[in-house]
Amino acid sequence: MTLSKDQMAARVARDIAHGAYVNLGIGQPTLVADHLGAESGVVLHTENGMLNMGRAAVGDEVDQDLVNAGKIPVVEPPGAAYFHSADSFAMMRGSHLDVCVLGAFQVSAAGDLANWHTEAPDAIPAVGGAMDLAIGAKSVFVMMTLFAKDGTAKLVPECTYPLTGVGCVSRVYTDLAVFELGGGTDGRDVAVVETFGTSYDELAQRLAVPLRRAHDRG
Amino acid sequence: MTTICDSAAAAVAGIEDGATVLIGGFGLAGMPIRLIDALIDQGATDLTVVSNNAGNGDTGLAALLAKGRVRKMICSFPRQSDSHVFDGLYREGRIELELVPQGNLAERMRAAGAGIGAFFCPTGVGTPLAEGKETREIDGRTYVLEYPIKGDVALIGGHRADRMGNVVYRKTARNFGPVMATAAATTIVQVREVVEVGELDPEAVVTPGIYVDRVVAV
Repeated sequence: MTLSKDQMAARVARDIAHGAYVNLGIGQPTLVADHLGAESGVVLHTENGMLNMGRAAVGDEVDQDLVNAGKIPVVEPPGAAYFHSADSFAMMRGSHLDVCVLGAFQVSAAGDLANWHTEAPDAIPAVGGAMDLAIGAKSVFVMMTLFAKDGTAKLVPECTYPLTGVGCVSRVYTDLAVFELGGGTDGRDVAVVETFGTSYDELAQRLAVPLRRAHDRG
Repeated sequence: MTTICDSAAAAVAGIEDGATVLIGGFGLAGMPIRLIDALIDQGATDLTVVSNNAGNGDTGLAALLAKGRVRKMICSFPRQSDSHVFDGLYREGRIELELVPQGNLAERMRAAGAGIGAFFCPTGVGTPLAEGKETREIDGRTYVLEYPIKGDVALIGGHRADRMGNVVYRKTARNFGPVMATAAATTIVQVREVVEVGELDPEAVVTPGIYVDRVVAV
């Protein structure tokens, strides 16, 4: 069976180390939080200036001064800390953040990320903190469907959309498979870690990137 | 020396046409709506506005944009579900946009406030937002030269201030406030309450009064 969005989020959560400091991008990656219970020891960072960010606020808990990066009201658990935007991004660039999970339009075999601009004629570009996260977090995980709605692969030899970061993505979690990037002598081998409702051979046929099986480490 | 103003109108007096105005807030959290309303009434035009977003809904920054007072926006994330005012102006070619990664926006203002002439930053390397900028390799990593963003005026939303201009913020409404307060020639802060000297815990002051020119309780 291919994975649902929620199952993809659970799969990402499984690879986040106990006690990690983690930033979850706007959109689908926020679902990962549902699978990081208190026992995970994970501390969530939000780039608008909070550590140990809580879940979405409901009812009377809503406070317009307390929002996440998607401007959704959240709650303040014990142990939370606030800081200003320059400190928040210093935490990323300074290599203090262990993992960020981002969505993507495209990821290349070499780990290049494109997730901020489609160059569609009517599109208004917006980058937010994506470029800072891409080069700042120690590990950048991407969570996306493997194929776009029109059937084109999103894991590609070279990104055709404008880049967010160069060679920054280490793992790609999709509905059909989990990939590890940056292997091989030229750093362009894509290792298939796990497949869901498909096979290695089928993926090798459908993708234009050089694949290898994760256990064939050379 | 900090002046405690009687009204928002008094607080924004003297802002000139063509000024660069730093406006705090992440979405509506921390946005100094009353100061912006007063700026609309005051009439300054041909402004360059630096703010994380380009207006949400129809109040605050969105209202200032709707009046046609802003020539150029410098921001990280203009496009949102409720950014219809900016979207319309942009598509009609009536406003200029400089898109800056969120961490660079914060750090460039931090640099301005800290007397740093420019800095090398890894964010955006190899992306369209670094095109044409000077780069340097330091210890095997490529960095982009980024210049400070200095404001003529900063409009900031704080929580409480004392009569010496010391400011505390509330939760994630802090965001860009403390950095912008350092980066403008004239810093104007709206707070919910002005308290007597001695009533703020000196250990908890986030923006010391040296950065603050005018305060108004709204």
